[in-house]
Amino acid sequence: MIVEIGHFALILALVVAIVQAALPLAGAARGNVAWMEVGRSTALAQFLLMAIAMAALMHAYVTSDFTVVNVIENSHTDKPLLYKITGVWGNHEGSMLLWVFILSLCGAAVALFSNNLPPALRARVLAVQGMIGTGFLLFILLTSNPFLRELPPPLNGRGLNPVLQDPGLAFHPPFLYLGYVGFSVSFCFAVAALIEGRVDSAWARWVRPWTLASWCALTIGIAMGSWWAYYTLGWGGWWFWDPVENASFLPWLVGTALIHSAIVVEKRDTLKSWTVLLAIITFSLSLVGTFLVRSGVLTSVHAFAVDPARGSFILLLLLVAIGGSLALYAVRAPALKGGGLFAPVSREGALVLNNLLLSTGAATVFLGTLYPLFLDAVGGPKLSVGPPFYNKTFVPLMVPVLVAVAAGPLLAWKRGDLLGALQRLWAAFAAAVVVVLGALYVTSGGPVLAVLGLGLAAWTFVGVLAEWTERLKLFRIPARDSWRRARNLPRSAHGMTLAHLGLAISVAGIAASAFEVEHIDIVAPGGDLPLAGYTLHLDKVEKLQGANYVADDATITVKRGDAVIAVVHPQRRFFPLQQQTTSETAIRTNFLADLYIALGEPDQAGGWTIRAYWKPLVPWIWIGAVFMAFGGVVSLSDRRWRVGVASRLRAPAAQAAAGD
Amino acid sequence: MMRRALFLLPVALFLALAGYFALALRPDRDPQALPSALIDKPAPAFTLASLDGGGNLSSDGLKGQVVVVNFFASWCVPCRIEHPLLMRLATQERVPIYGIAYKDKPEDSRRILAQLGDPYRGTGVDRDGGTGFDFGVYGVPETYVIDRSGHIRQRFVGPLTAEVVEKELLPLLKQLNRS
Amino acid sequence: MRRALATLLVLLALAGAALAVTPSERLADPALEARAREISKGLRCLVCQNESIDDSNADLAHDVRVKLRERLLAGDSDAQAVQFIVDRYGDFVLLQPPMRPATYVLWFGPGAVLLLAAGGMAIAFRRRHATDDAVPPPLSDAERERLDRLMRETEG
Repeated sequence: MIVEIGHFALILALVVAIVQAALPLAGAARGNVAWMEVGRSTALAQFLLMAIAMAALMHAYVTSDFTVVNVIENSHTDKPLLYKITGVWGNHEGSMLLWVFILSLCGAAVALFSNNLPPALRARVLAVQGMIGTGFLLFILLTSNPFLRELPPPLNGRGLNPVLQDPGLAFHPPFLYLGYVGFSVSFCFAVAALIEGRVDSAWARWVRPWTLASWCALTIGIAMGSWWAYYTLGWGGWWFWDPVENASFLPWLVGTALIHSAIVVEKRDTLKSWTVLLAIITFSLSLVGTFLVRSGVLTSVHAFAVDPARGSFILLLLLVAIGGSLALYAVRAPALKGGGLFAPVSREGALVLNNLLLSTGAATVFLGTLYPLFLDAVGGPKLSVGPPFYNKTFVPLMVPVLVAVAAGPLLAWKRGDLLGALQRLWAAFAAAVVVVLGALYVTSGGPVLAVLGLGLAAWTFVGVLAEWTERLKLFRIPARDSWRRARNLPRSAHGMTLAHLGLAISVAGIAASAFEVEHIDIVAPGGDLPLAGYTLHLDKVEKLQGANYVADDATITVKRGDAVIAVVHPQRRFFPLQQQTTSETAIRTNFLADLYIALGEPDQAGGWTIRAYWKPLVPWIWIGAVFMAFGGVVSLSDRRWRVGVASRLRAPAAQAAAGD
Repeated sequence: MMRRALFLLPVALFLALAGYFALALRPDRDPQALPSALIDKPAPAFTLASLDGGGNLSSDGLKGQVVVVNFFASWCVPCRIEHPLLMRLATQERVPIYGIAYKDKPEDSRRILAQLGDPYRGTGVDRDGGTGFDFGVYGVPETYVIDRSGHIRQRFVGPLTAEVVEKELLPLLKQLNRS
Repeated sequence: MRRALATLLVLLALAGAALAVTPSERLADPALEARAREISKGLRCLVCQNESIDDSNADLAHDVRVKLRERLLAGDSDAQAVQFIVDRYGDFVLLQPPMRPATYVLWFGPGAVLLLAAGGMAIAFRRRHATDDAVPPPLSDAERERLDRLMRETEG
């Protein structure tokens, strides 16, 4: 019964989405306020219906309702409750449902928090949102319905892929989708602006918080995925340039460019058509990513379903959504007039450079991801495009980005003083030199590129701090005055500083991963494995019974000299249902370095393969990502985004004052 | 005019991309197909002990006829899927099929062939998978078509299906036998 | 077919539960082993996603690692050892695609995009400054009069 309610809610949501797509748009064209307002109520209704559908499927999973095909294929009664819930989006149908649920969440958020928007713009934004919802609801109902029944029900389900039964991975898709789908709001704003033919600073001010919020979620989502890969794969890799990873990285890169170019539109009223294009491309890349993952044109650990009908349907959606918006762009964008002029060396100039490099970087990743598929489709040879390619093409593009991150914010708008900015960065330069020399000394000439990467991270970190202290006039005026300046500084400035610091921290972690020390050997219980000044003592290996797996659980005492640092338990888990073995690594971190220990196979003599790594600075990769996302959140709390609300609150007050 | 054209560029690029996505979605395209690096090249030389104990199976011994070489193993589940097809090919179509037991204990290979029937005219034992490696085998089952001069003409990764046999394997064999 | 193949790939991955680079595979000579590790990082585990054989626990990756070490022990240079693998498994095994006409677009594409975008931007920049820097024509008498009138109206 509940399943049918969910199914019905899904169909109703489609009907509501069609209304949401049509009426407000017509209303905006005719100036009919009542029709325009339908956008808000339908957006809220759609959210409610999608929430019901989502809850219904969750209920089916939690109660292990094996009359539902989707539950049979992806769940099992023995599965822990957490994974029964997260298993909802651990498969194609459920993940598409989550996709549309989040889309409706975004639509509802726009409906609720858009009181300061002109009604026509709001109506158009919500209508475009309704169109996207219509397309994807049709997709779910026609090709990927999670509510289909099968009678008679089997005794039990097939279970969830064991590698997906992990807390990190359980919450990776919702964040990722929040990012992906959140960009749809920027997209809708761009399309609405093109329909209206107007892009101005106010538009940029509305778009930026939505973009920023999605960007934060996407940052966290990507970081979670890579962290999962890190601790689960048993050797500490965290990024493979896998096509599906790239599919999430592409919108991130272009979204990052969008956040920055929208600043120029807001502050200087120029770069408009470019910013609109970026907003379209960011969401388009999210859609293309969905296509690549869902259509089966690529095969990947992430690809759930290989069904040509689904692929064709999504391709059709792409054609309508991306092709339509870009065609609209071709017609309307030429009329968007550029505003303020600026010299090449200026804040705008630095932001343009950022956009140029990030977009080229995105193009590079795009090419690397799709080129093998392209060659294959035209009958060429099979190729692999792996990390060495990206190291030679993408990474060099990011070096000037990092250099500019420190210098850009020190440049004035319109016309900047590069020499002056560089002079103020002496401390950053000194820090980079010290770090490079220090790292060369410590690693005795270690991998030169990694050492230079560390130097670059130091340059960026200190450069960003230098800009911040400059703004606060720290150390130059009394501390109390600096504090006052810090409080008066817009939150978005603090947010930028935090996000840029996060970038530097991540880069340091990435660069330092080249310095890892590894020791792999067979150790008998009672034996030792030395690693980077530590001694790993294998006490014992025991069999443990888990909820739906059997584990070999090793007890390893980590010692430094005679002092016991920690006792860790790496495991090998065997899932009998799927006949699959996964590795639960033990990671001991002090935030400067990770001790990474994985348990391998036993040998005939009773020894166990232990794979142990010492990974300096590697946790910084994710700490940096958290900083970036936190910077975004701080920036979001800036009161300027709510300036519309503030002015409305002020208006009655002013009237009251006038009345006195 | 130039400016207009510039604004048309994104949509033009996207349409090109969509066209190529459509190409990639063709139903006859298998994203996992892995063409052999050895197509139209001489098959790697090998001399393997025969499974039945007498003599051996060698690349030279196969020359002069169009043959099908099938890598299999007793531990390989998908091999059982294609096994009836191989039997049919061997008995009804009289296709000369030679087997190579890949990374398998000879007694296990013998037992499975005794159990399911033996479609092979001769079977070589590739205990350490060295010959499979020379052929560029990804995993079992894999099936190769070798012409009279000893050149590899086609490779099928994974279990053969009735459709593949009818539409690809048999026509190819017919054509090679004619020429 | 596809489904069966997917199953096959899963089975293949399962067949070797051994983790990447096991102690038993290692060469006694540390210099040779270091070379093998370095080469391994550039070779794809054929049945995995963008994973090198050095990192993969698939059975086939193990085979390639062992064969690679055999070639190095036999005195092959790095290039010869890699060629030995490529002869059997094709360019697909290389994580870094080789440079040849079919991959020129891949290798030179990013640079071309950067140059075109930077060039286009420079031209657009120069053109805008050329047109916009021009001083706007002074107001005509009629316009001046209208402006004065408007100013008076708003002040009044």
